[in-house]
Amino acid sequence: MNLEIQHIIYLLSSVTFILGLKMLSNAKTAKKGNSLAAVGMIAAILTAIVFHDGAVSPLVYGLIFGAIAIGTVVGWLTAKRVQMTKMPELVSLFNGMGGACAALIGLVEFHHNTSNPTNMAVILAGMVIGSVSFSGSMIAWAKLNGTLKNAIRLPQYNLINTAIMFGLFAYSAWMIWAGTADEMHLYILFFASIAYGILFVLPIGGADMPVVISLLNSFTGLAAAFGGFLYGNQVMLTGGILVGSAGTLLTLVMCKAMNRPLFNVIFGAFGAGTESAGVAGPQGNVKEVGPSDLAVQLNYSKKVIIVPGYGLAVAQAQHVIKELETILESRGVEVTYAIHPVAGRMPGHMNVLLAESNVEYDKLKEMEDINPEFAQTDVVLVVGANDVVNPAAKNDPSSPIYGMPILDVENAKACIVNKRSMNAGYAGIENELFFRDKTQMLFGDAKKVLTELVTELKALD
Amino acid sequence: MIEFFTENKDMIFIVILMIFVGVEVIGKVPAVLHTPLMSGANAIHGVVVVGAILLMLNTETDNYLALALGTIAVFLGTLNVVGGFVVTDRMLEMFKKK
Repeated sequence: MNLEIQHIIYLLSSVTFILGLKMLSNAKTAKKGNSLAAVGMIAAILTAIVFHDGAVSPLVYGLIFGAIAIGTVVGWLTAKRVQMTKMPELVSLFNGMGGACAALIGLVEFHHNTSNPTNMAVILAGMVIGSVSFSGSMIAWAKLNGTLKNAIRLPQYNLINTAIMFGLFAYSAWMIWAGTADEMHLYILFFASIAYGILFVLPIGGADMPVVISLLNSFTGLAAAFGGFLYGNQVMLTGGILVGSAGTLLTLVMCKAMNRPLFNVIFGAFGAGTESAGVAGPQGNVKEVGPSDLAVQLNYSKKVIIVPGYGLAVAQAQHVIKELETILESRGVEVTYAIHPVAGRMPGHMNVLLAESNVEYDKLKEMEDINPEFAQTDVVLVVGANDVVNPAAKNDPSSPIYGMPILDVENAKACIVNKRSMNAGYAGIENELFFRDKTQMLFGDAKKVLTELVTELKALD
Repeated sequence: MIEFFTENKDMIFIVILMIFVGVEVIGKVPAVLHTPLMSGANAIHGVVVVGAILLMLNTETDNYLALALGTIAVFLGTLNVVGGFVVTDRMLEMFKKK
């Protein structure tokens, strides 16, 4: 009877995962979808414990509940306390934890299963993928965090990585074929997988991290699914495969939004062009503008579009930008926000940040919708964004970002760019937009200069 | 090969069908929701914690290494689940507020 109840609950949990994910892809239902999947998850976990057949010692129950309790408190507090700008790296961190969990399952289950080639294949696959996902996510986390700043590339890294990847395959295949029970081989495979995860993510530039995290996310899903196969557990299998498949599609969708084929992300076409492009960029004079002049200019505009970028997030300027919007609207200026698909550090990151400071959802326009509007716009205010407004993506085939869809800010009557300095953007390339006639630079920390701008605007009344 | 299929056919059915469900379910997601969606999916693969729990339940009490590793696995899996859902909820909270 226990088994039947267990199966029914697992089935219901699987349905909540599917519905939850479906609801997550629509802004109106997303929050409910997340909660629904969470309820399904709790049900699945409780079911696994409560309806287990066979004697279990109190020690084991104690350890399980202890680990769950501590994990819940730590996870909850970390997730609640993190600043919204730090969110992408947190997702990466949690993803790594899931991968590590799958890897540990493989390590422990190995010696029970050396006589059964199918089980062994499933265990090794889960362990290898879980380990790669774990170490890769940790590197991605460190990169987004700023701990690891530069892409580190060994000479011939693509060759080395591909060799290790095939080596992992071959070694696993050999272990299964030989049916070895020697745990030394297991540990060699484990550490080689960890090393592969590190070497896989290290050479990839920070701008491509969202894609990498999404890819590693689907890896962990796959690792969970292998666990499900091993235990004959349907909810792990459905949840894991669901994430594996949806995650892969999401990775491809993100690549498409950045116009970067996945192959280039992984095998790093980005790095090659960066060094040369960084040195020899467009030269010329830039025009500067101060907050007081800009205040007048904005005050007499009809239509203003704000283009937020990661610089805004770093400066924590999302609240003052909302203040700017409010004061301009009160003067009869129409204000909207142009959100590039990869603005911030992750797709949708900027939307979350602006929503945090109460900017209305309808005011955030996606690239395709807003691009035609730039021509009728008086002033575009670019805050801390660079690569997503770089015309080189359109007219310089040698540029590493050539082909990436950009926001057509140059069509507006005037373009104000707020930056801390003339340094190149995240992709490390110069931006000729800054040297255009219609462009004026507003130098300084986004929060500081925007606050000054708001003060000036208030004084104009 | 045939033997493998016959032994595991239910599992293989689930795998193949779920691949299609996964693709179908997030087919038309707007770019705005990419991050929350990734984060939500991240929480869902935390279901791997169920595997860690099953591992613990089937481990003999005197196998200390397995118990230790299993406990760590349950802890890490729980982090993934709880952290994943809570951080997704926080992101989506931002969207709802008007």
